This record gives sequence, C-alpha cells and structure tokens, in this order.
Amino acid sequence: MTDVTPADAPVPMRDADRSTAWRGTAAVLRRVGLDGRSLVIAIPFVWLFVFFLIPFLVVAKLSLSEPAIAIPPYLPIWEWDGLRLILNLNFENFAYLWSDALYVNAYVFSIRVAFVSALFALLIGYPMAYFIARSPEPRRTLLLTLVILPFWTSFLLRVYAWQGFLRSNGVINNFLIWTGIIDTPLVMLQTNFAVYLGIVYTYLPFMILPLYANLVKLEESLLEASSDLGGRPLATFFHVTLPLSTPGIIAGFMLVFIPAIGEFVIPELLGGPDTLMIGRVLWHEFFSNRDWPVASAVAIAMLVVLVVPIMILRAAQAKAEAD
Amino acid sequence: MRAGTVLLIFTILGFVFLYAPILSLIVFSFNESQLVTVWGGFSTKWYSALLEDPQILGSAWISLQVATISATFAVMFGTLAAYVLMRFRRFRTRAVLSVMITAPLVMPEVITGLSLLLLFVSMEQLIGWPAGRGMTTIIIAHITFSMAFVAVVVQSRLSSLDMSLEEAAMDLGARPVRVFFDVTIPVIAPALVAGWLLAFTLSLDDLVVASFVTGPGASTLPMVIFSKVRLGLSPEVNALATIIIAIVAFGVGVATWQMRRAARNAG
Repeated sequence: MTDVTPADAPVPMRDADRSTAWRGTAAVLRRVGLDGRSLVIAIPFVWLFVFFLIPFLVVAKLSLSEPAIAIPPYLPIWEWDGLRLILNLNFENFAYLWSDALYVNAYVFSIRVAFVSALFALLIGYPMAYFIARSPEPRRTLLLTLVILPFWTSFLLRVYAWQGFLRSNGVINNFLIWTGIIDTPLVMLQTNFAVYLGIVYTYLPFMILPLYANLVKLEESLLEASSDLGGRPLATFFHVTLPLSTPGIIAGFMLVFIPAIGEFVIPELLGGPDTLMIGRVLWHEFFSNRDWPVASAVAIAMLVVLVVPIMILRAAQAKAEAD
Repeated sequence: MRAGTVLLIFTILGFVFLYAPILSLIVFSFNESQLVTVWGGFSTKWYSALLEDPQILGSAWISLQVATISATFAVMFGTLAAYVLMRFRRFRTRAVLSVMITAPLVMPEVITGLSLLLLFVSMEQLIGWPAGRGMTTIIIAHITFSMAFVAVVVQSRLSSLDMSLEEAAMDLGARPVRVFFDVTIPVIAPALVAGWLLAFTLSLDDLVVASFVTGPGASTLPMVIFSKVRLGLSPEVNALATIIIAIVAFGVGVATWQMRRAARNAG
C-alpha cells in the first residue's frame, strides 16, 4: 500500500511541530512499511474487507456445507485429521435449488417484478425529474426536498401505509364505494399488483434523483439549437434530451432494479402467500426452516444474478462522473 | 394542451402518489376507532397508548443508541474512504476499495444480513468474539452499510470542491494531517452533517439486516413495528409514524432553511 507516486508524495513535515515520541513511532511504522498515508487508507479498507468482503466468502463456504441438527446448524466443510485435510464439499444445496421449481420460479418472478417496477418508476420519475430540473429556483429546491422527504421517513411505515390504502375496507375501497363507482370492495392487498405498487412507491426517489442530477446539467443551448433548427418539442426530446440522459436513466433503473430483486418487506407485507420473491424465500429458509446452507446457496445464486446489473450500474455512474 | 401543462399535471400526480399514503397515515392516527381505516371521531388516545407501551419505548431506546453510535463511526470511516478515493490518485488497493464502498449501496438487505450473521457466527467459533449477538453486532452491521452512503455524500462534496485551498495550505508548509483537519474538514462540514443524518436514518429504519444479526433481548424499533404490522393494522403504529414524520419534516425544514440562508449570505 505504499507505492507513493511523486504527484502525491507527502510534503516534507517540519520537525518543530512534532514531538519526539511521535517521531519515534512514525519511524518504527515507516520501517515496517506503514506511513501515515497507508494508515489512512487502511482504516476504511480493513473495515470493509473484514465486514463486507470476507462475509461473502463465509456465505460461499456455507453454501457448500451440509445442513445438520446442531449449533450452528451445519457441518464443517473441511477437517484436519492430523495428517491431511479432508474436504467435505457438498453441492447438494445448489442441485436442490435447481431441481425444485419453487426456487427457479422465485428467481424468474423476482427479476420480472424488479424489471417491471423499475420500468414504471422510470415512466413516473422521468417527467417529474424533468419538470424539477427545468424549474426556476427556489421552486427547484423545494420540489427536490419534497422528493427526498419520504425517503427520510421510515421505509417500513411507508409500506404499512399502503396496507391501509389497499385493504378491502381501506381508504381506496371506501372512497370508491362512497362515490358509487363500485359496490363490492376490490381485492388489492395480498396481490402481485400491490407488490409492484409498493416497489414503485418506495423506490421512486432512487429513480428521480440520478435522473434529476443528469437532466439539470443538460445545456439549455442544445435544446434551443434544436428548436432553432426547426425541431419540434417532441423531436427535440427524442433526439436530444433522451439520448443525453441515458446515463441517468441507466443509473436510476439499476438503483431500483437491483435492490428490488432481493426485496423482503414489500412482498411479505403487501403480497399474498404465493408471492414468492427470492428475498422472501431466503428469509423463510433461514428463519423458519433454519436451513443455513440452503439459505446461503440462495444468496450466492442471487449474487450471480446481480453481477451483471451491478457492473452496468458502475459503468453508468463512471460515465455520469466523467461528463 | 401544451407540453408544459401535461408535465405539470404529471408532476402534481406524482407528488400526490408520494404523499397520499403518508397523509392518510397521519389522519388515521387521530382516529377514535380501533379500525384504522374507518373514521370514528378525533382522539389522541393512541398517542397515550404508545407512550405507555414498554415494548415500543424499550426498542426505541435501543434503536436510538444503535443509530447514534453507528452513524458517528460511519461518518468517520466513510469520510476517510471518500477522501482516500478522491485525493490519493494511485494506490494498490484502490480498485478493491472503490468496489467495496459502492457495492453496499445496492446490495439486497437479505444478503448483507445473512452474510454478516454467518461472519459473526464463524468469528465466535474461531476467536470467541463477538460473544453472542446483540447491540454490538447490529452496530457493526449498520456502520458497514451506512459508511457507503456517507462516502457517496462526501465524495460528491469533495469533487465539487476547489483543491486550491488544500494546495495553498500545503505550499505554506502545513502537514497533510493538519491540512485535513484545518482546511478539508471545515469545508466539507455540511456533507459530514448530511452524511451523519443519512446514516442515522438508515440505521433507525433498518429491519432486515438487524433481524439477521441481532440476538436475544436486542429488538430494534423496526423489529417491534414489523411484528405488530404483521398481525394487521395498528393505530399505535400510525401514531408512531406521525411522530417520526413530524420529526423528519421539522429536521428537513430547518436544514433547507439553513441552506437557503447560507446560499443567500454567500451570494
């Protein structure tokens, strides 16, 4: 961690403002290859390495182990009998996921729900982001604050609010019966429709913010040039605005799509018993069945599904930063 | 109809969509009736019931402690990560660090929760720490995911910052540590406050990760709310939601007012 380039080599320090004790310590640390700079890098690096990266290796290890009735409920994947290492790798968990239609269906269903929800969030979020970006100050700040405000209030409570809205004696049904549009309450809670709605609702700010950040940078002169050249508003939108906002669209889409795939709270509270999304399957495998190895295999398979979307997101964000 | 009008209507509908459920939550917290969605007259009895519920009060206290401690550490670590990535141009572990600091932003909570729990269990077997699970393990988990959010906030502030101030201090012979504390920190202070508040909110809001890594006796507020909500609608939860929304609205209102005042003074 010490390959200091000339460009950011530390400026020589003045000895006067250093105590002898500190000088001694620094000298010792430098001898083992640790200067102040690498210590600064090491703090966040080591923390994330231990509590973010290693946990995935533990999950991978556990997904290859055999479940057991024990504490913790699995068998070790390696043993040392004094002479050699015995590996007990067990691929049964993955074979089980593949053979049981429940898991495969849950993956396919989760991807579909996340994709459709992200699409609707884009359709609702794009006009809002565009309107906010084109608003004059101080209205722009006010609208932006209004978009962020729900995000600061509890996610769980916002999902709960939709329970009150959607149930058969809920706000929407009461209103529709009162106005005479319907006679019998519509069944909306515990349906897939409620899950789509809940995801679009709770993740909408994640769509609007990157879109706004992109659209606000859009040069007014480009739009004027287009209209001066005779482009009608719609043509200007499709040929100038939309292509230029692609990085924002991709970032917003992925910020909704990726976490939505693993969503647990929304299908649990708004969906029916047969709304099997993969996050919910993992939760029940872990908490109800106490099958830690299968839960780990579910997590590894979910990560594999997420690798490509995460890479697309990183590319979009890098491009947005470069612009 | 003009395109601008259509856009305006669309935006208004979007905000109705965002706020209608929250407003109904607030209205029905003042409902006399036990039925959360049928109006039975004005009452504040659910607020008194809430304040006498030891389960809610106890878990709220745990959540506040966890959120305060984890937000403070998340700001320190997240700021360091952001500073290192923005100001140290080249170092060997850069690519790994930049992946590790962005991945938690989109990682599904069930995966973060499960993987951290399995880590804690393995660590306990190997080195005997952490002995059992509870507040400490929740705090570690929350620091880990919220430092990523802090890093994003601080990074965007650092990138919009003119480096000449830091360079001037360096040219005048200030040590890097001194420059960081005397120049960089004061300039990015608003981002640090925003990052702390964000980390605090994320911690206070987290159900899934905490459920995985907690142990007996350490139930956070979202865990108690979730167990109540699972059994059906509860007017007490509406009252709690209203209090939280009031605090957040007040906080955001003050922050916006402060920022506008600062902007006016600067301009």
